[in-house]
Amino acid sequence: MRDLSHRRGWGFWLQLGFTLLVCALLTVPMAMSMLAGLTANYFVGLKSGLTLRWVDEVLRVYSGTILLSLQIAFACLACTLVLGVPAAYALARRPGRIARLVEELLMMPVAIPGLATALALIVTYGGVGDLRGSWLFILIGHVLFTLPFMVRAVLAVMGSIDLTTLEEGAASLGAGFLRRFATVVLPNCRSGILAGSLMVLTLSVGEFNLTWLLHTPLTKTLPVGLADSYASLRIEIGSAYTLVFFLMIVPSLILMQGLSRRGRPSV
Amino acid sequence: MPDSVMQNSFHLDAVPIRLERCGKTFAGGARALEPLDLTIRGGETIVFLGPSGCGKTTTLRIIAGLESPDPGGRVLFGEEDVTALPIERRNVGMVFQSYALFPNMTVAENVAYGLKVRKIARADRGRRVEEMLDLMHLGEFAGRRIDQLSGGQRQRVALARALVVRPRVLLLDEPLTALDAKLRDSLRLEIDRLLRGLGITAVYVTHDQGEAMALGDRIVVMAKGRVAQVGTPREIYYQPADGFVADFIGTMNRLGGMARGGTLSIGSATLPWSGPEGAVELLVRPEDLALAGEADGHLGGTVAAAVFLGDRTRLVVEPADGPALTVDAAGRSELGRGDRVWLRVDPARVLAVP
Ligand SMILES: Nc1ncnc2c1ncn2[C@@H]1O[C@H](COP(=O)(O)OP(=O)(O)OP(=O)(O)O)[C@@H](O)[C@H]1O
Ligand SMILES: [Mg+2]
Repeated sequence: MRDLSHRRGWGFWLQLGFTLLVCALLTVPMAMSMLAGLTANYFVGLKSGLTLRWVDEVLRVYSGTILLSLQIAFACLACTLVLGVPAAYALARRPGRIARLVEELLMMPVAIPGLATALALIVTYGGVGDLRGSWLFILIGHVLFTLPFMVRAVLAVMGSIDLTTLEEGAASLGAGFLRRFATVVLPNCRSGILAGSLMVLTLSVGEFNLTWLLHTPLTKTLPVGLADSYASLRIEIGSAYTLVFFLMIVPSLILMQGLSRRGRPSV
Repeated sequence: MPDSVMQNSFHLDAVPIRLERCGKTFAGGARALEPLDLTIRGGETIVFLGPSGCGKTTTLRIIAGLESPDPGGRVLFGEEDVTALPIERRNVGMVFQSYALFPNMTVAENVAYGLKVRKIARADRGRRVEEMLDLMHLGEFAGRRIDQLSGGQRQRVALARALVVRPRVLLLDEPLTALDAKLRDSLRLEIDRLLRGLGITAVYVTHDQGEAMALGDRIVVMAKGRVAQVGTPREIYYQPADGFVADFIGTMNRLGGMARGGTLSIGSATLPWSGPEGAVELLVRPEDLALAGEADGHLGGTVAAAVFLGDRTRLVVEPADGPALTVDAAGRSELGRGDRVWLRVDPARVLAVP
């Protein structure tokens, strides 16, 4: 027994070391950047002292982009829920070649670079009314980009439960379609819907490719503003911006994780 | 359990069911069911029995309203034509093979579901759920989630959920198949008492002939999308309509014989006979073949195998000519492989196929 744990210890430390190294590779640059946002003068270094001045400035100057990002993210979530969940349901309930084809087609926007999608949107809808200058234009792009993720996540869960039989059970007890959908289909797909929502929110808040082409000076989202400030302002401001971005996204991530864990059946 | 049924005065209306020319052809063109006519009496338990793929589930789903019959077919509950009604408007109770319980609800919530759909007031609902849970011995599990129940408990929840809404008809599709043999036996008894106590019209699908015999007032034996025979368990067992039914239900021996002028010759023996004349194939149940001595036996043979089953010993006897026969001997019988035995045939218990 002791021998075994000894031997396992070897591999264990090796693995742990490797994992920590990978984690460090991912997190150290982020941490450095965020720290830069708190330093008084980046070129002097930490010696210059820590300050909230930059964060304050970001919040003051860029609060518009932050709010717009949140607004777009939640609107995008609402759209993908309304469109994606019924779409996934229809695909799950309809086995056959056409349904599989539609499933593949839904994945297309993911395979096409965001810039190309954005250009296509501008060419097609850019001239429609004053859509080009509206935040709704960005929303359309985000919905297009994130919808497949929602559908996939919900479809995965729907495929793993016997939805047809569950619904037949509810129908045998007198429940019509809408009631079955609300009381049996949705609650049993909850984990997929939550996973999809989490995905959509984070993808939308962080989306840059599409948004960069679709935005106008009046409809700047957080990542676009971030790019601008890195390009044109002091690096401390850009870094403070990153920090704000993180503070926004992490709580929602944790919240969603917690929710999806609660959604799982307790065994 | 029947006592508690009576105490609760929980008795359901018994509605007869009539299927008229109900056939089913699936989208791919596969004919699952030939047009079928069947009347199920009010309060009767009828069992659909047959090998896999013979169309039992399809017929049940047509009654339930989960499939519609091919054009021309009609389903009637009493005098009401329900052919066009979807399942949610037929007021049937259904127990699925996989139970189809809702994993997002507790036991009590599952049972209450149909009552909520029917907008039964909260207090009344609570009382009825509690009553039903007690009836099914599920009281202590009311707050459990479905994944915290054993197979037998889930089965009872499925029954409770279907019955609590007082359906016009109870439909069960192989409700015991997922359980182990011991549990199956005890639940079969429970279901039998319940159905009799409730007096509900019930349709029960199974491929287990023991279950069919024990539960059915009448059995519908099906083969390849057709009805092979409809009858009480005794009729099906003792007067099978054809060779398929005879072979499917229990064990049946086949004997060659020659009937001429009121006598039947089997092997070396000649017996009085009133059946059809000429060369006949005789169908005999193992329990209707008796072991005898050389003097009064009709047919000699050698024991090819002896299987001790506790209450009896099942012998496979090979006669001088013809197929092997299965015979039941007493449990304590010492007969074994290679022993020479004589068999007696009771002509009154023999079925002749010309
Ligand atoms: N949805 C369907 N589409 C096409 N064919 C089907 C469908 N459902 C059933 N069938 C076919 O119809 C025939 C009868 O099926 P059914 O399910 O009624 O059999 P069963 O008697 O219940 O068999 P089992 O004992 O295996 O459940 C089978 O040959 C089956 O393959
Ligand atoms: Mg079946």
